[in-house]
Amino acid sequence: MERRSLTATILVHLAALLLLVVILAPVVWLFVMSISSTPDLIAKPLHWWPDTVDLSRYGVLLSSVANSAGEAFVASLFNSIKVAGMATFAALAVAIPSAWAVSRTPSVGWSLYAVIATYMLPPVALAVPLYMTLAWAGLLNNVFGLALVYLTILAPFTTWLMKSGFDSIPREIESAATMDGARLDQILRMITLPLAAPVMATAALFAFLLAWDEFFYALLFTSDQRAKTLTVAIADLAGGRVSDYGLIATAGVLAALPPLVVGLFMQRALIAGLTSGGVKG
Amino acid sequence: MTSTWITTRAWLLMLPLLIVMVAVIGWPLVDTVRLSFTDAKLVGTQGSFVGLDNYVKVLSGSNFQRTLITTFWFAALSVSLEMIIGVLAALLLNQQFYGRSILRALMILPWALPTVVNATLWRLIYNPEYGALNAMLLKFGLIDSYRSWLGEPGTALASLIVADCWKNFPLVALIALAALQAVPRDITAASMVDGAGAWSRFRFVIMPYLAGPLMVALVLRTIEAFKVFDIIWVMTRGGPANSTRTLSILVYQEAFSFQRAGSGASLALIVTLLVTVLAVAYAALIRKSAGTS
Repeated sequence: MERRSLTATILVHLAALLLLVVILAPVVWLFVMSISSTPDLIAKPLHWWPDTVDLSRYGVLLSSVANSAGEAFVASLFNSIKVAGMATFAALAVAIPSAWAVSRTPSVGWSLYAVIATYMLPPVALAVPLYMTLAWAGLLNNVFGLALVYLTILAPFTTWLMKSGFDSIPREIESAATMDGARLDQILRMITLPLAAPVMATAALFAFLLAWDEFFYALLFTSDQRAKTLTVAIADLAGGRVSDYGLIATAGVLAALPPLVVGLFMQRALIAGLTSGGVKG
Repeated sequence: MTSTWITTRAWLLMLPLLIVMVAVIGWPLVDTVRLSFTDAKLVGTQGSFVGLDNYVKVLSGSNFQRTLITTFWFAALSVSLEMIIGVLAALLLNQQFYGRSILRALMILPWALPTVVNATLWRLIYNPEYGALNAMLLKFGLIDSYRSWLGEPGTALASLIVADCWKNFPLVALIALAALQAVPRDITAASMVDGAGAWSRFRFVIMPYLAGPLMVALVLRTIEAFKVFDIIWVMTRGGPANSTRTLSILVYQEAFSFQRAGSGASLALIVTLLVTVLAVAYAALIRKSAGTS
């Protein structure tokens, strides 16, 4: 490391402080809004920190009293968990065998690129026929229908992640087991899949978060508490019916909590995934 | 095992994925093409064949042209800001300072925040009556009275771009940082011994390591920005006076608000074509730069 002058050191620290404020301020403000009373939030000049900490909105949103804001929120929370869970499970179920096949059989690799290329497609290019089909099958405003649609996003993504995961497991281990007389299903069950377990967990987690974040299809294909997901519920809140800004912020905090926790703890895996994709191009 | 059997086995293992992909992507895409040549409504009428009518109408309409320009500005400005700020942040995070590992870990926060939550958060920050931005700017004397940042055509798009940048520049920074950490210490040391200045060190020693990963980030971000829907829908719904209406919003309005499935489909395909052209151009660029370095 080069030796820096005192001025350079001070400048670096100032810049770091600025970056810290830029990154943190909006997130912290979201949290502060969620625990401020309404008078604090509409005061002029604005109260940057509430006089009294007001946690009541968390209670309101997480209660299940009939016809309350909480009932709608809790319903959308469960819908998000159901849709994201089912879509992740289905995506992994189709992704794992194909990712292994592509990893071990390079001659079919081009098909994987065709699958990944679908990432470019704007969702609007599929939305109209998907809507008509779901309507025809009676799956509009239905968690199963939405989970099925989410496969358009999750299946290519998980296949790509799993393929690079299998690539990093040496083929020699499998060949050795073959020579020892193990059948393919034994090899996969006892050697390859356990070795790929960490990648599988990473892929499942990121797939779940992708589904958790999704908004466009959920907006189009759901209409009430039976299937509306969290993102749509929050957009509804922000859209104006509610004038309690603190409540909107609280919903945001609750929806952001799972991905924020995962992001902080899974950072290493995320960056590794991103850069491996980047280096290989 | 023969190689024919291995290939057959591979295809068999891929079958579930391929069936799913054809069902939820392949077939809908083909059907969008079919619809784009009809005057079908979203609900009810099947519509009849109208040839290229939808395309002619869409391409000659002033809505499309204006929306295309808005989308272009949104993508160009937000992506270039994200790249510049991202690389600067990465260079900073590669220096030594107190709390470096904490700051590096915190960079993930904006990325992890769901897009809809991010949009909602910034909508609250920009609020014309009670928003934090107005309160802060007034406190520092930068404005005389509260302004409606998302309510005026002059500032709405810029406000959206800031919100989008805040969410996405940390990702660019993290990718660039990972690339910077791969630059061998002795190379930078040697270039300093040889008397290279800060700029030429960045340009000739560090940049070759950054170029590949940054290019990939640029491609992905540009495609995403071209398809942008969520953040705009939640913050402005394309308003005020359609000043923030991007292509995806226009398709949504045409196909779902006005229920014109046929012309919505033709518009969606034009967007798809534009994104594809972008992606292919970038891919060629990446291959070229990979060939030279």
